[in-house]
Amino acid sequence: MYSILLRTMARLLMPLILLFSVFVFLRGHHDPGGGFVGGLVAAAGLVLWIVSGDAREARARFPVSPTQLAAFGLGCAAIAAVLPALLGEPMLRSLWFHLPLPGGGHYDIGTTTLFDLGVYFVVVGTVLLFVFTLELQPSRLKEDD
Amino acid sequence: MIEVLLALVVAALVSPLVARARGVAPFVLATAPAYGCFRFVRMIVGLDPMPEWRRPWVEPLGVELALRVDGLSALFAVLILGIGTLIVIYGGRYLAQHRDLGRFYALLFTFMASMLGLVLADDAITLFVFWEGTSLSSYLLIGFDHEERSARVAARKALLVTGTGGLALLGGFVLLHHMTGTWALSAWIDGANAIAAHPLSTWALALVLLGALTKSAQFPFHFWLPAAMAGPTPVSAYLHSATMVKAGVFLLARLSPLWSGSAPWTYTLVAVGSATMLLSAWSALRFSDLKSVLAYTTTMALGLLVLLLGFGDEASVVAAMTYLVVHALYKGALFMVAGSVDHGAHTRDLDALSGLGRTMKITTAAAVLACASMAGLPPFLGFVGKEVAYEANLGAGALGFVALAVGVVANAALVAGAYVVGVRPFFGAPSDAAKHAHDDVLLAAPPVVLAALGLVAGLMPAWLDGPVGGAAGAILAGAPDVHLSLWHGLTPALGASLGTYALGGGVAFLAVRLRHSSAFATWVRPFTELPPQVFERALLSMVRIADRITDAIYVGKLRRYVMVVLGAAVVGLVVSTSTHDALVWPGFDGIHVHEAALLILLVVSSTVAAFAEPAMRAIIAVGISGYCVAIVYLLFGAPDVAMTQFAIETLTVILVVLTLLHLPDLAFERPRPYSAARDFVISAGVGTMVSALLLSNLAGPLPARISEWYLQHSVPDAHGRNVVNVILVDFRGFDTWGEITVLTIAGLGVFALLRRRARTNEVRRSS
Repeated sequence: MYSILLRTMARLLMPLILLFSVFVFLRGHHDPGGGFVGGLVAAAGLVLWIVSGDAREARARFPVSPTQLAAFGLGCAAIAAVLPALLGEPMLRSLWFHLPLPGGGHYDIGTTTLFDLGVYFVVVGTVLLFVFTLELQPSRLKEDD
Repeated sequence: MIEVLLALVVAALVSPLVARARGVAPFVLATAPAYGCFRFVRMIVGLDPMPEWRRPWVEPLGVELALRVDGLSALFAVLILGIGTLIVIYGGRYLAQHRDLGRFYALLFTFMASMLGLVLADDAITLFVFWEGTSLSSYLLIGFDHEERSARVAARKALLVTGTGGLALLGGFVLLHHMTGTWALSAWIDGANAIAAHPLSTWALALVLLGALTKSAQFPFHFWLPAAMAGPTPVSAYLHSATMVKAGVFLLARLSPLWSGSAPWTYTLVAVGSATMLLSAWSALRFSDLKSVLAYTTTMALGLLVLLLGFGDEASVVAAMTYLVVHALYKGALFMVAGSVDHGAHTRDLDALSGLGRTMKITTAAAVLACASMAGLPPFLGFVGKEVAYEANLGAGALGFVALAVGVVANAALVAGAYVVGVRPFFGAPSDAAKHAHDDVLLAAPPVVLAALGLVAGLMPAWLDGPVGGAAGAILAGAPDVHLSLWHGLTPALGASLGTYALGGGVAFLAVRLRHSSAFATWVRPFTELPPQVFERALLSMVRIADRITDAIYVGKLRRYVMVVLGAAVVGLVVSTSTHDALVWPGFDGIHVHEAALLILLVVSSTVAAFAEPAMRAIIAVGISGYCVAIVYLLFGAPDVAMTQFAIETLTVILVVLTLLHLPDLAFERPRPYSAARDFVISAGVGTMVSALLLSNLAGPLPARISEWYLQHSVPDAHGRNVVNVILVDFRGFDTWGEITVLTIAGLGVFALLRRRARTNEVRRSS
């Protein structure tokens, strides 16, 4: 399924989509968005890039394995869940920090943000795990060409 | 008290390291139980107070970690730790060449700590945890030589029998908690009258008895104990004669104030105890393996203890506590003798052993001393123990006389058993095995210590008045006047003893012939062979039934599973809605043009998806219908869901396409008319039912309470205006946590499955 058009577009779009996914993730607490959708968007961008070119090359250029991404996500969620318990609060109770932004605004960041980040990475990692395992299969079609 | 328990736990943890120094390790490690034994002896003789220790554990359920020392637990603790000290030294020597000595010690100390915790516990859950700890460590110790199939089978048998009993015991504890509202054993005993009057009392009793009788290897659950002899001999000596199997007896003693004297308690325990006693003592004579003989005489002694606790009067309880000490001393010694003989003469076969006395002098001394106590000869402690048991039977009414008769006949066999294991192998002309046998001081000295204690205590039985009186006092809730003595005068009990010796002498004379008599083997078979066979059959048929159920449910066809799930859902919905008149038609207030257009597109794309011929076209149609649904969400005010739906739909299409590339070229077989019709009915049913349900939901007012609560609490409690996301990551964060875990597991599952396929393909190609 090699196509120079698709490949060029994917290369251009991929960073934009990733940036967009971060935006979706960050706005999630107040407006439509969040870790799950953000993760899906990021995964879609990456998948577009992977399937438009050579999956083997993409995998080699990918700095971490999908399993590590998912594990990192689960770790974030676990920390967010257990941290309050270590501080004497019930497990998963959200702890909030008021973060002033340059230019007068502020952003509330809390353990739920970390939890949401965990969701984001689990989604990205799992989708990439699917795609890489499927794409790196010695397949019927690829044997033919 | 708590420091003793901790010392044992520490010993368990460090023993794999310490055991590398094979020579000194036994002595270093033995200091822990020796110190503990010293502490409990001080408590028994009154130099130290008997402590109590409580910590909240599971507060909402009222469960505590509670330990308490009284006369009963102190007596058990001294036996556990005292014999434990000897076993640590003995076992270090016995397994000196074994590569897993460290594992042995770790397990042995785990067991020791569990057993000690069990007898000290004053909270039912604490007791249960330690109880299961003894079952588990026993399982691991029986299967210590796990490369032997026989050891694994025996270990599994022991675990299944005692584990099932443990579950029953837990059920009994839960019932008792239900009746009293507390888990504290001492509170149960204080409220014994209320429990006895409760309608559930008998059920609790039945469950507790099941737990205790399986643990103490009583008929018909006795068979696991002879099988457990597959474990190393130090383990048999310690767990399967001196301590763990007494846990059931301990529990009966501990809880006897709740039911003692009631008919179910007395009749069950007396019947089970007598049967076990009689059958075990005689079955023992059938075996030529030294350890098997000892195993059956152990179940006999346990039967006697159960029987005495069944009577539950003062004399019987005192007799039970006395015999507990008697048995621990002589049987611990005899098992160690068996190990020493095995080690020195390289066989345990009684037919191949005689004249060991010349080559194994110390072991012979231990064997003779211990067997004299086992046979109940004066002036050994066994005589004292047997006399008080007979006397207790004589004072227990008509049922007591039956028990006395059973006791005499069983003890006669025990006398013969003592002759078979303690005299015949050691005297007479040396057999081939005996000629090259040798003593090992570290294997022969510990049994001598125990057996000699049996002699000393027999000569000065007044020493035991305090400990036995204390233990009996803890059971009877009073201070019984205990005066153990060798000479009771010319009593009926002495007559019974003399009768026992006469009968026993006769049986001993015939013992070797009985062992080889096929008629005798046939008589005892219902006891020795039948229960384990029934057990194995039951186990096998359970596995077979499980297989059949699995075959019936797990057909391995995804299509079938989907059909069953959806079909069941439709049937359930039809039944429940038709009986409740739940389906209502909502009002219809017009439709916009763009909505109608969307609807048409949705219907068309879905229809195309269902009937499209090449798979790729169907997938694209599915994608289009999914996007339409997302637009519907968007139009009707659920932007979050719409976003997710768009993303999911995109990824699904990509993943399915990628999967299709790897599927074999099946070129879409056209379904046969029958299955096409079936699929149509199911899918139409699901569609109709779900639509009808959704429409009915629209007809009534939605309950606003839940969503309003979220709307009110979202910003102040969770700092977020997007309620959907706040629910996901905060209010229902635990659900999400579970979901992402499942997602990761699913990903890893796909990874593992496809990787395996890839690897087999590679293998196929390279070959």
